[in-house]
Amino acid sequence: MANKITVGHVHMSGCTGCLVSLADNYEGLFTILDNYADLVYCLTLADARHIPKMDVALVEGSVCLQDECSVEEIKETRERAAVVVALGGCAAYGNITRFCRGGQWNQPQHEGFVPIGDVIDVDVYIPGCAPCPQQIRNVCVMAYLLLKGTPEQQALAKAYLAPLMALASEGSKATSSEACGCDIMTKVINQGLCMGCGTCAASCPVFAITMEEGKPNINRDMCIKCGACYAACPRAFFSFDVVNQYENILGIIDGAMNPGGN
Amino acid sequence: MDYLGKYKSAVAARSTCSEVLAGSQDGGIVTSMFIYALEEGIIDGAIVAGQGEKPWQPKPIVATSVEELLSSRGTRYNVCPNMSVLKESVRKYGLDKVGIVGTPCQIQALRKAQLYPVGLRDVCDKIALAMGIFCMENFSYQSMTQIVQDHCNVDLHSLKKTDIGKGKYWAYTNRGAVSQIPLKLTHKYEQPGCHVCLDYVANLADISTGSVGSPDGWSTVFIRNNNGENIWNKAVAAGIFETKPIESVKPGLELVTKLATEKITKNQKELEHRATFGVGKGLRNPYI
Repeated sequence: MANKITVGHVHMSGCTGCLVSLADNYEGLFTILDNYADLVYCLTLADARHIPKMDVALVEGSVCLQDECSVEEIKETRERAAVVVALGGCAAYGNITRFCRGGQWNQPQHEGFVPIGDVIDVDVYIPGCAPCPQQIRNVCVMAYLLLKGTPEQQALAKAYLAPLMALASEGSKATSSEACGCDIMTKVINQGLCMGCGTCAASCPVFAITMEEGKPNINRDMCIKCGACYAACPRAFFSFDVVNQYENILGIIDGAMNPGGN
Repeated sequence: MDYLGKYKSAVAARSTCSEVLAGSQDGGIVTSMFIYALEEGIIDGAIVAGQGEKPWQPKPIVATSVEELLSSRGTRYNVCPNMSVLKESVRKYGLDKVGIVGTPCQIQALRKAQLYPVGLRDVCDKIALAMGIFCMENFSYQSMTQIVQDHCNVDLHSLKKTDIGKGKYWAYTNRGAVSQIPLKLTHKYEQPGCHVCLDYVANLADISTGSVGSPDGWSTVFIRNNNGENIWNKAVAAGIFETKPIESVKPGLELVTKLATEKITKNQKELEHRATFGVGKGLRNPYI
C-alpha cells in the first residue's frame, strides 16, 4: 500500500466520458487500483468532498470562467497535486466546449470555457475524445514507474511521457495550438512533413478526416478540437528512443497489468 | 546510426505459389505471407493496398479473403494510407488479429499508435502481423500519373507494371512495350514528407521485405522479432516460401546497406537544412 501513488479525478466541465474510458479498462482498472494507485478523490467513484494532496490529478473537462467553484478547484488542484494531467480533449484543448456560447439551461450565463492550461500550468496532456482506455492505462502505469520505479524504469517512463509533457507545455501557452485538424494542416502538411500514412484519419473520433489523394482532408465543420489527430501523427512527434523500444515498453505495460503473470 | 534496424535473420526468398508470382512485384512475400496467415488463423484479415477509383490508384482495404489479397498484389508506387483503416479493421470488420502491410513510415506510425493509442480504442493490442516494405520514397497519385504518362509516355490504362530498379523507373505495358526513364527525372515529383524519413527497410516491422539485395523475382526478407520469426518459420516449414541464404545471392545485403545509408544520410542532411531554412528561422523537426 505504502508504495502506491495517490491519484485523483477532478471533474471540470466535461461529460464524464474520460472517466468512463478509464473505467473501460475493466479488470485492468482494478489491477491499477490494487497495485499502483489509490483513488483519493473522484466525485463519481470515491467518497471525498474536497481536493486532497495527491501525486497525480487527472483533470477532465474545461474550466468554466463564470463558475467560481470550478476556478477555485482547478487552482487547488494545481496547488495540491504534484503532477497535473489534462485527461482528454476538453481539459487539454477545450474540445467541444470551445463551441459553447452560453444560453444553456440551467446556467445560461456559463459561456466562457477554457482549457485548464489557460488557468494553471499542466504537466501532461492526454488528448482525444475520449482518450482510449489503453492510452489512459499506459499513462497510469508510466506515472507509477516514474514515481516509484527503479532508476531504469524511471528513465523509460520519463522518455515515454516526454512527448505528452511537450504537448502540455505547448498547449498551456494560450492560443499557441488550434488543437484540431488545423494542426495537421499547419504543423505537418504546411511544414512539408506529411507522408500520407492516414493515422490522423483513423484517430479522429468523429470521422472528420478522410484521406483524399493520399493526404488528409479535414472537414472543419465536423472537427470537435480534441487534438487526437495531431497527437497520433507520427510527424507531429516521433521519438526513436521510445518507439524503437516498443516491444520492451508494451511488455512492461503488459507485465504491470498482469502482476500474477498470467 | 543503425541503418538496417534490429533483425534476427535475413534471407532471400520467394513464394512457391505460381498464382501469387504471376502478379507480384518481386518474390510475392507479403501476399503469400498474408494468405498463409489468414488460412492458418494467425490473422483474421489484413490491411493492404486494394484498387482505388482511378487506374493505378491504391485504396486501403481490409482484406478478409484470399481473393482480395490476390487482387492487391504488386507495388503501385503511390501513396496508400493503410493506417487510415486501422480503427475500422477492428471496430467495423471486427478483426481480433489484424495483419497490416506498410512502408517504413507507416510501420513507424503503427508502433507509435500502439504505444500512444490516443484515439484508437481497443486496437493497439490486436496487431498480429506487421509486414514492412523497403521504401526509398513515394509519390502522390498525381506525381505517379505525371511520371508514367508524361515522362514514360504510357497511358495508365495500358500500364501493366511499374518498377524502380537499376537506377531507372520502368513502365511495362499490357502489350509488352517497356518504357524506362532515368530515376533522377522522378526525384522532383517525390512526396516532400519522404525527405525527412530515416528508415529504409521498415526497421519496426515484424518482417520486412523488398527487392533490393536479391536477384530478379526474389525478395530480401528481414525477420525482426519473435513474432515475425515464429510466423516465418511456420510458413517456410509449410512450404510457402523457398529461401536461399542471403550471403549466397548477389548483390546481397551490401547493396541494401549502401542504399539505406544513402537514404538516411541524405535525409539527415535535409533535416539539418530545414533547421536553418529561413533567416534565423527553421522548419519543424518531428523527431524528439
